[in-house]
Parts: sequence; C-alpha cells; structure tokens
Amino acid sequence: METISAASQLFQFIVTGLTVGAIYAMVAIGFNIIYNVTEIINLAQGEFVMLGGLIMVFMHVTVGLPMILAFVATVLLVTLTGTMLDRLAIKPIRQPSVMTLIIATIAASIVIKGTAMLIWGKSPYDLPAFSGRTPIELGGVIIQPQYLWVIGFLAVVAIGLTLFFNRTILGKAMAACADNPDAARLVGINVQYMVLLSFALSAAIGAIAGMTLTPIALMDYDRGAMLAIKGFGAAILGGLGSFSGAVLGGLLIGLIESLGAGFLLSGYKDAYALIVLLLVLFLRPSGMMGNFEVTKFKRF
Amino acid sequence: MVKKSATALIACLVIIGFSFQPALAAYKVGAIFSVTGGASFLGDPEKKTAQMVVDQINGDGGINGEKIELIVYDDETDPTKCNLHAKKLITQDKVVAVIGPSVSGLSLAIIPVFEKFKTPLVSCAASYKIVYNEKTGKPYKWVFKTPQSDSLAVEAIYTKMQSMGINKIAVITVTDGYGASGRHELLRLAQAYKMDIVADEKYDPKDTDMTAQLTKIKGLAPQAIVNWSVGPTQVTVLRNWRDLGMTSITFFQSHGFGSRKNIELAAGAAEGVLCPLGACNIADLLPEGHPQKQVTMAYQKSYTETYNEPLSSFGGHAWDAIQLVVDALKAVGGDRAKIRDYLENKKGFVGQHGVFNFSPEDHNGLTKEAFQMVVVKDGDWALAE
Amino acid sequence: MLRIRKAPICVGALFILLFPWVAGRLPAIEHYPDLMVFAGIYCLMTIGMSLLMGYAGQISLGHAAFYGIGAYASGILTTQYNLNPWLCILLGSVAATAVAVVVGAPSLRLRGHYLAMATLAFGIIVNIVFREEAEWTGGPDGMGGIPGLDIFGYSFDSIHKYYYLVWIVVAIAFFFTIRLIQSPTGRALRAIHASEAAASAMGIDISRSKIVVFAFSAILASVAGSLYAHYMNFINPSTFDTLFSIKLVIMIALGGMHTIWGAVVGSVLFAFLSFEWLHQFGEYEIVVYGLVLMMVTIYLPEGLVGLPGRIVQRVRR
Repeated sequence: METISAASQLFQFIVTGLTVGAIYAMVAIGFNIIYNVTEIINLAQGEFVMLGGLIMVFMHVTVGLPMILAFVATVLLVTLTGTMLDRLAIKPIRQPSVMTLIIATIAASIVIKGTAMLIWGKSPYDLPAFSGRTPIELGGVIIQPQYLWVIGFLAVVAIGLTLFFNRTILGKAMAACADNPDAARLVGINVQYMVLLSFALSAAIGAIAGMTLTPIALMDYDRGAMLAIKGFGAAILGGLGSFSGAVLGGLLIGLIESLGAGFLLSGYKDAYALIVLLLVLFLRPSGMMGNFEVTKFKRF
Repeated sequence: MVKKSATALIACLVIIGFSFQPALAAYKVGAIFSVTGGASFLGDPEKKTAQMVVDQINGDGGINGEKIELIVYDDETDPTKCNLHAKKLITQDKVVAVIGPSVSGLSLAIIPVFEKFKTPLVSCAASYKIVYNEKTGKPYKWVFKTPQSDSLAVEAIYTKMQSMGINKIAVITVTDGYGASGRHELLRLAQAYKMDIVADEKYDPKDTDMTAQLTKIKGLAPQAIVNWSVGPTQVTVLRNWRDLGMTSITFFQSHGFGSRKNIELAAGAAEGVLCPLGACNIADLLPEGHPQKQVTMAYQKSYTETYNEPLSSFGGHAWDAIQLVVDALKAVGGDRAKIRDYLENKKGFVGQHGVFNFSPEDHNGLTKEAFQMVVVKDGDWALAE
Repeated sequence: MLRIRKAPICVGALFILLFPWVAGRLPAIEHYPDLMVFAGIYCLMTIGMSLLMGYAGQISLGHAAFYGIGAYASGILTTQYNLNPWLCILLGSVAATAVAVVVGAPSLRLRGHYLAMATLAFGIIVNIVFREEAEWTGGPDGMGGIPGLDIFGYSFDSIHKYYYLVWIVVAIAFFFTIRLIQSPTGRALRAIHASEAAASAMGIDISRSKIVVFAFSAILASVAGSLYAHYMNFINPSTFDTLFSIKLVIMIALGGMHTIWGAVVGSVLFAFLSFEWLHQFGEYEIVVYGLVLMMVTIYLPEGLVGLPGRIVQRVRR
C-alpha cells in the first residue's frame, strides 16, 4: 500500500501550487504588458493561452513539425493574432472609454473562442510532454518534468522582460508610453506602434503559457475564460502594472488553491484564493506591489 | 409622433412575424441538446446520432409512409434557454415528443414544463431524480430517460469492489451536476455495500491539476479510488494518479469515461482502470449471442461511417431516446398521451445501453445488469472477469 | 439625460401592452411573450446596474450574485419553510441589501479595475456557495418544486399573465429610478462620476451615495431573481454564474450606458439575440455574436439608443 508522510504531502502541495501558479503568473504578466502601455485590461488574454496550446498541437502532432520549430511557429501565429486583435478590435474604436474597451476585448475573446471551436471542434487535445512523462521522485515528492518546464519558462519570461524594459531602447520607449503617452509622443516615440507591440508581446507570452500547460491539462476551445479570470486575479493581487507583483500574485493564488484543496474542503478551493484576494484589496486597495496612483484612471 | 412610432413598431412586428415560417411535416419530434457550451461533448454526439437515425428512417420511407422532422435546439448548457426551447417546441413547433436534454440539471429544469403541457420527454441525462419525484416517491408522469441511473453505475462498481475484497475507498468528484449526482449516490449506497469512504474530494470542471486532492488521498491509503466526472478533467485526474505512483490503488471511473478517445488522451495512464459501461461502448467485445450485439454493431458501423469519428457512449443515449419515440410513433401514431402510455408499458426494447422494461413505477427501465464491468487493457476496453 | 421625455415612455408602454396580443395573432412569433418575460427580468437588473455604472461610474462584474440571492431566498424559503412567495421576495431583497452593504462598504473604496476584480471575486464566491451547500440549495443539479405566484386567489400561471406581472414591476422600477436620478442623491452621483475630488470638496458623502446605489441595484437584481425562480419553478447555480454578470454588462453596453433607456433596449435586444435570432446561424452563432458586439463597440460607442441621434446628425449634414 502506498503511504506518504505529512512533510512530503506538504511539499507535494507546494510543487503543484507553484506550477499552476506559474501559468497564472504568465497570464498576469500578459495583462500587465498591455495595461502598462494602454490601460486596457485585455480579457482576451486567456484566449491567447488556449490558442497557444491548440496551435502547438496542430503544428507538432498534426503537421509533425519538430518540437522547437512548432514552438517558434506557434509563438509567431499567436503573436499575429495579438496584433490583429489590436488592429481590428481595439484601434478602430473612436471614443475609447474603459467600459467600451472591456466590452471590445470580451467581444474579441468570444470571436477567437468561436473560431477555435469551428477549427478544432469541441474535444480536448493532448500534447506530448517536452521531455517525457517519467516522473522525478525527490524524497516522496513526485515532480513531473513538465512542471519544471512551466516554472522554467516563467523564469525566462520574467527575466527576459525585465532586461527588455530596463536595458533596451525599445523597452524603455514602451515604458515611457506607460508613464506618459503625451510626453512620449513629444520625444518622437510612435505610441501606436508601441501599443501594437504590447499586444504582440503579451500574445506571445500567452502562447508560451498555453504550450507548456497543454501536456499537463490537455487543451480545448473553452479554457480561455477561466485562465483569464485567474490571471486577472493574479495581476490585481500583485498590483496592476507590476511584473514582480504578477509573478508573486500568480504563485500565491496557485499555492492557496493547492494547499486549500489539500488541507481544507476541496470544493471551496477556488473561493479560498478569492477571499485572500478580497482581504488584500480591502487592506491595500492597490494590491501587494501596486502603486496607488496607478489605480486612478487617466481616462474613464 | 407617438402614433407614427407605434404604427411603425407594429408594422415591424408583422414583418418579423412573417419572415420565419416553419416548414410542415407529418411527425415532428423535438430535441434539445447541449451542442455547444460546457457539455458539448455530450450534446454533439447526441445531436449527430439523432439526426442520423432520423435520416435513415426517412431514407427507408419513414414511419408508415410518413416522414419524421427532427427539430433540434441547442440549449448551450443554459437552463433558461433550455426552458424557452422546451416551451417553443411544445406550443409553437407542436412536436409530439421531445428527446434530451443532455445534462441532468437541465432535464430537471424543464420537468415542470412537460408536466404542465402534457408532452412526453425522453431525457438523455443520468440523474435518478429525473424519473423520481421525491415528494410523491413515484416517477413524473410525462418524463422518461434512457441513460442508466447513476445509482446503477454505483451499484455495479460496489458489487465489483466487493468481489475484489475492497472496502476502504476514496471518492473524488467534479463539482458539476454530473459529479455531484454521482457523489450523492456513492455516499448514499456506501452503507448498504459496507464501503468505508475515507476521502471525499472535489475539483472544478475547468481545473488544470488534481495532484493536491490525490496527494491527500494517498496519505489516507485507501484500497480504491472512484472518480466521477466527464470531460477533460477525468483524463487529467488519471494522469496525476499515474504520475504520483498510486497505481497500486485501484482506479474506478464512472460510465462517463465511455469513449476510446479518453483512453487515447490519457496517454497510457488509463491502463488497468475499471469502469462500468453500457453495451454500446464495447459492441465488438460482446459475445455473439448477446441480445444487444446486433443493434450496437449496426450503430457503431453507421456512426463511424457517417461522421468519421469514434463512437461516444453518449450518442447511444440519444439513439435509445429517438428509437423509443419512433417505436411509439409506429405503434400509436402522433398523439402525445398515447405515446406516453405506450412508452410507460414498453417492455423488452433492445437499445444501445440495455434492454429497457418500462413500467408505471420505473421510467428508466434498466437494472444494474445494463452495465458491464470493463477494464482498460493494452489501450483498449476488455471485459473484466 | 436629466429630462425624461413623455413620448418614448408612451410608445414603450403601448408596445408592452399590445405585444402579447400582436404576437398571439402570428404563429411564427407566438412564443415571443415568453422571451419577453425573461427580457423583463433582465431589464429589472440592468436598470439598477445602469444607475450604478452609467450614472455613478462604478463597475460591477458580480451582480449575478444578487440575482442568485433573490432566487435562492425564494426557492429555499418557499420549498423548505413553506413561506408565502411574496414574503420571500421581500426577505430576499432584505438579504441582498444586507450583503450589498457589507460587501459594498469596503469594495466601493476601490477604483476601476480593482473594483471590477473585487466584484468578480464576490460573484464567484457566492456561486461556489450555491454549488457547495447542497443541503439547502440542491447543489449543482439545482432545486425544483418552487411554487408559482398568485395574489388573492388570482394565479399568474400563464405566460401572458406573468408577462404583465414582470413588466409592471419593471415599470415601477423604471419610475422609481427616474425619481432617484432627479433627487439630490442622483445629482450627487453625477458629481461623483465627473470628479470624486470635486464632489467630496462640495460636501457630498461619496461612500454613502455609492453604497445607496449599489444596494438599490442589488435589490432590483434580487427581485429579478425571485421572479425568475417563481416563473421557472426551478433554479440551478449555472444561471447565476460570472458569465451572467458579464452578460449584464454586455446588455448595458449594447443598449447604451448613459441613459436608463439603454438598459431597457439592451436587455430586450440581448434576450432576443441570444434566445432566438442568433440560432439561425447554427454552429457559427458564437462567432456572429462576438462580431455583433464588436461592431457595436466600434460603430455605436453610445450603444443602440445613440443610433437615432447619429442618423439625424448624418441627415442634417
């Protein structure tokens, strides 16, 4: 008979929580990139994750491209979708208010989801794990190799973005748009282009989240909304606009869900994370790492 | 101004009114399935099956020379839509009977409509509550259902466990109607079968990982796990079970596991998993003399040929429902009350999921023998001895 | 939109009054009054939400929770405690008000997206409670056996009777809301929407005004929930999920956020689109629905009620 000690149980919960949390964190980072440049909450963010998973399945399993090529092709295709989202659904809006922009992204997410349903049908798809499915055992704790890929990609994305925004001209230009679009325009930054870039970048990160998640949880057309809500929660919990906040928020929500399911009633798993989120907001109305000034809209 | 606008409005209404004229047919049968939305994996094969059966019958000349028209509505797994469609089918499309909905919660939602408008409903959902009115202790007068009640699946599983000497089990269920109903039955019947339930865990239908729940179960060391869910999560939970090295704990799935697609998606993790299935899933495994051998083989052949996709057992529920209605139409014609009376007394109807024997006390007409215990072996079903 | 013109109200009232009669003459739209019952129930909610969003500028993505609180109050109290349905509607509203005040007081201090997330979280938590407390709520399968409504022996047992009942309630809510907009509270709300700092400097108690509107919209949603429960005779948690909260916002956006008419037009249109017209597109329904929504946000940012004004502008030019 299998047995497991209380300590390994706890570590197992933490490992699982961190993995699921890493996915939420990647979605939250996607929210922040667009939010920072445009103040738009892109509720279609979850659909990028869904598309990432399904396109990867198509490229790798159906077409038969090698893993790396399929990975690159998927990122490019989803990025293209992200830029189309900006050009077709966001940019044409002549009188953007926060409400119309929220509705516009919801409308876009419905269109993307519906199109995915027409292309892939309603059944779930599986993707081979990046480096096999033989679990690694560490003192009673089981780690799937794919867990390491998920957490590894989160680290790569987080470090890459930090370098991009702090070290490159392009990144600094985007950050400038976020701080003050008018001033950015005055110094010759093409704000429209930066907005487009932000959509492209966050779509690419969504695609990475989707591709790394699919071998663990399968993927179907209807997954986007749930991931968007969890990612939005993570972004808010960490403080909108803060990348370290997004990572912290995502991992925290994942951990609470996993520990809640393990130690308390698992039926209320999702509620525990949200109750913590509400309590944090009531105590700190701008999230854990957020800046209160950011919470004031420039345009509502 | 007011007058003009009012006239314009009424004119609009008239135009709208005439633009949708329904076509006429001899026998109209309604169907409500969850073709899209969260339960589309049920509604999609059901819709395809019902349409295929009706096309076949019409192709062979219809019922006593009359064609059948199948009117299918998609409830999108939304109770309000389901309710509206039911009333529209009855009052406006004037159907003789309705098959569906796919989901227990929606079937329960429209029972009041069918009782009120006195129209037969043959549901394709599992919960025993659909054919059991807790207030009267009898079935609802106008409502029937074809899927085996979840209580029968639980009995089949518990019977199998007893023969394997298992009495300490963990239950893990999804928090939708299907999982909740199965969980309710698992807990209710545990005492009668002397089962000790040491863990009662749940997960959300959109969850990505159930390792936490399974790790908790692992710590309690049960002899077997019963999982009750449909959709992708039942595959994820299996993979987690395998990855956590828990394969020495026997894994039972519900009858919702009944699609070869699930074995494929489990990527090897389904090996050794037991589940109760209707004959429809395992047509080729049935012995030659089995009463359902012929109908199940025929259905499997025509479904895979028509739609070029593997059969799912849910389509079989729709097959049973539409064939029962067709059978009644052949026998008594298009009168709603006569169809109901005929169905209530129908005996020995050989369907995809069992041989149905209806009675005024039983509007499901199946016993636990409608289930075969099946084990996954070498990536395919095999009968468990 | 301070002035409420008489003409549209008369046309609207006439339309509501005659609609079942007209529909009854036309076999193809015979069932439309049934759709209008649900449209009316949605209307009740969107009227309250348009006050909250369009006038006070506060977003809520959790109103399905109040809809559910009303419905479950009616369902549980009638089936398990045999209380009078009308009393249950009242108790449901009391419960919704209490929850609105408790949740609203800390939440409404939040701004913009933070408020959106807080209300979203609240809605999800309430839905989980409906799903998990099966002893009372019947769990995910839901609860049946909820009685219909009657008054002094007159039973609202047909679609047409219930249609008039629902729309009378909508009319009452409509006029009550107009009174509220024209009252000092209404002026305070508009001031808050324009600038919280300025409103506060003028001595308006901002948090109190926000909570009053939030509670008012919660009451309307709760009454809508009760009416829904007594009409369907059955409720289950999926009706009151987050998706529905978002649909409410979509209804308001479709109709137009800045007038109460937008709420009315939006919810009726939404009901017909989602229950009837979009079905013509079969599998493509969901894509068409998304595209319609996208077109509205791009070409009609003030919603459909802005359409006549736009046409007039075009013609004059």
